[in-house]
Amino acid sequence: MAEVEETLKRIQSQKGVQAIIIVNAEGIPVKTTLDNSSTVQYAGLIHQLVMKARSTVRDIDPQNDLTFLRVRSKKNEIMIAPDKDYFLIVIQNPTE
Amino acid sequence: MEIVYVYTKKRSEFGRQCNFSDKPAELHVDILPDPSLTDNFIDRDPCDVAIQCTQEMSEHEVNTERFDCEPCGINHVEGGWPKDVNSQEMEQTIRYRKKVEKDENYVNTLMQLGSHMEHCIRQNNTIDIYQEYFEEEEIVEEMEGQPSAKTVNVFRDPNEVKRTATSLSWHPDGSCKLAVAYSSMEFQKVTKDMSYDSYIWDLENTNKPEMTLKPVSPLVCLEYNPKDSHILIGGSYNGQIAYWDTRKGSQPVEMSAVEHSHRDPVYKVIWLQSKTGTDSFSASTDGQVLWWDIRKMSEPTERLVLDPSKKGNLDNALGAFSLEFETTMPTKFMVGTEQGVVVSCNRKAKTPAEKIVCTYSGHYGPIYALQRNPFFPKNFLTVADWTARIWSEDIRDSSIMWTKYHMAYLSDGCWSPARPSVFFTVKMDGTLDIWDFLFKQNDPTLSLKVCDEALYSLRVQDNGRFLGCGSQLGTATLLEISSGLCTLQKNEKALATAMFERETKREKILEACHREMRLKERSRSEQSKEDEAKDGEAEESAEELVACAEREFYEVVEAEMKKRGKDDKKEKEKYEGKDGCKEKES
Repeated sequence: MAEVEETLKRIQSQKGVQAIIIVNAEGIPVKTTLDNSSTVQYAGLIHQLVMKARSTVRDIDPQNDLTFLRVRSKKNEIMIAPDKDYFLIVIQNPTE
Repeated sequence: MEIVYVYTKKRSEFGRQCNFSDKPAELHVDILPDPSLTDNFIDRDPCDVAIQCTQEMSEHEVNTERFDCEPCGINHVEGGWPKDVNSQEMEQTIRYRKKVEKDENYVNTLMQLGSHMEHCIRQNNTIDIYQEYFEEEEIVEEMEGQPSAKTVNVFRDPNEVKRTATSLSWHPDGSCKLAVAYSSMEFQKVTKDMSYDSYIWDLENTNKPEMTLKPVSPLVCLEYNPKDSHILIGGSYNGQIAYWDTRKGSQPVEMSAVEHSHRDPVYKVIWLQSKTGTDSFSASTDGQVLWWDIRKMSEPTERLVLDPSKKGNLDNALGAFSLEFETTMPTKFMVGTEQGVVVSCNRKAKTPAEKIVCTYSGHYGPIYALQRNPFFPKNFLTVADWTARIWSEDIRDSSIMWTKYHMAYLSDGCWSPARPSVFFTVKMDGTLDIWDFLFKQNDPTLSLKVCDEALYSLRVQDNGRFLGCGSQLGTATLLEISSGLCTLQKNEKALATAMFERETKREKILEACHREMRLKERSRSEQSKEDEAKDGEAEESAEELVACAEREFYEVVEAEMKKRGKDDKKEKEKYEGKDGCKEKES
């Protein structure tokens, strides 16, 4: 438990990190540093995106699997680390 | 079933060595070739045969019916909670979350993901992998070899019965919308099921118009208000003017009263520049030009009858087909008429007679388009009959430049707002011509066949890059032209100025010559008239003139005959004289 907290604190302290969301396989946000409505929106939308990305990768090569997904937009970057049961979503603003 | 082979050998023979002995070669059989056997066979030409050992397959194409899609958004509601947890209750959700956090799987997964994520975050912070290098360097625009234009989108009339797209108007800000007026211009071809609607199209969506405008009578022309992009004014087939506010819906906000409107279809309506932004004027083939204020559409604010004799006589009036108004010259405007004459008018004149300043004639048919050059307002383009002509305001008798006579009727034209020497014309055979008179004067620089039916209207967007043309079957085609034709070249303004000046000067000189010749003729005819008067007042009646002409003719003939007779006699005498001489000699 404590290690998890420590890891998350470390990530949060990195430069430019705006929010961290942890979502489980059903789309429920388990832990978040963002307000509820945004969290729900991110959780719902990103869940679908990760499913689609994963199925795309596996369709092309069934031995392959999705390890990381980065969505770069004008304002920030959404990084998603997927796993079987949970997703870790970090929103970072990588301007110098 | 067992297959068994029994092999027997004497015991004493086991182990005996083999006694090999040398023997010379023996020929057992020798078969010689028999050429007579070839008679049984025929030589066959070798031929190539391709063989493939694969599955036979065939190719087939299928086009599905167009599928109408509409984009819409989804509203996310929180969900996914297990049945026993009520998502609204804070306590229950917190409890659930705490439970998940204690799960070992959760801890392990998160440690792993966390380290992975940290790596990427640090990566981001170290180097911006999407950094734009060489941002400050300007891309030098090179002239591509060939001017070209390509169709970007096609907007078809969604109705069953197709009407002509008679007028197009671009949205004033950003030009992402195109308003197209549809009506049937052929006399009495309007059927009962022909709809009256005109549409506003969003350039991205060609399946369905963004908005429908429902007038009382089909619209012949339609214009966006350049000051207020929600207001459109349209002139309809029955002579009425109506204006719409796109925020208020498809019905016109107000229509002009029928008694005070035009009596013929309104062919052109233009917004004027005024403080209120509500003034406009319209022209129609009934010979009137009316000014309107859209706040009060019950009657026009001003009226002008295009009577060239300046008496305001409606019977004498020329039917107006096109209007021209330049915002830099707010008091002047020009009207192109059905009779092929361009009338230049001054709005601020005090008496109606003075309103019509001058006329320019030279076309044989109705003037479908009339526009001043946006860079050189003194020169204007007219498109009528089979030619397009460029005029200078100073020269009244003829145009300074004109295209050759084409095979098909020209139906609309306009200048490019980006380049002073480029203009566009569309023809009844469905071709679009792009002319650049600094590059080539005899032929269009680019001639494109847009569609098989006739093109009726044309409008260039303000950046000069996109243009829309409307056809007889209601198809509005959006074309993009190559950047060479819409970016200002170096020296272009200077060259265009020089060309216009040169042509204007040429025409002036020609005009001066003509005038001199006419003066000479007049003075000669005046002199001869004086002589006649001295002889004895000949009455200027047609019969007298004919009799006079006959008399003169016979006099001339007689004089000739007499002259010939005298010459003959003289010759004869000469001849006889010669003979005489000869005789004398001989």
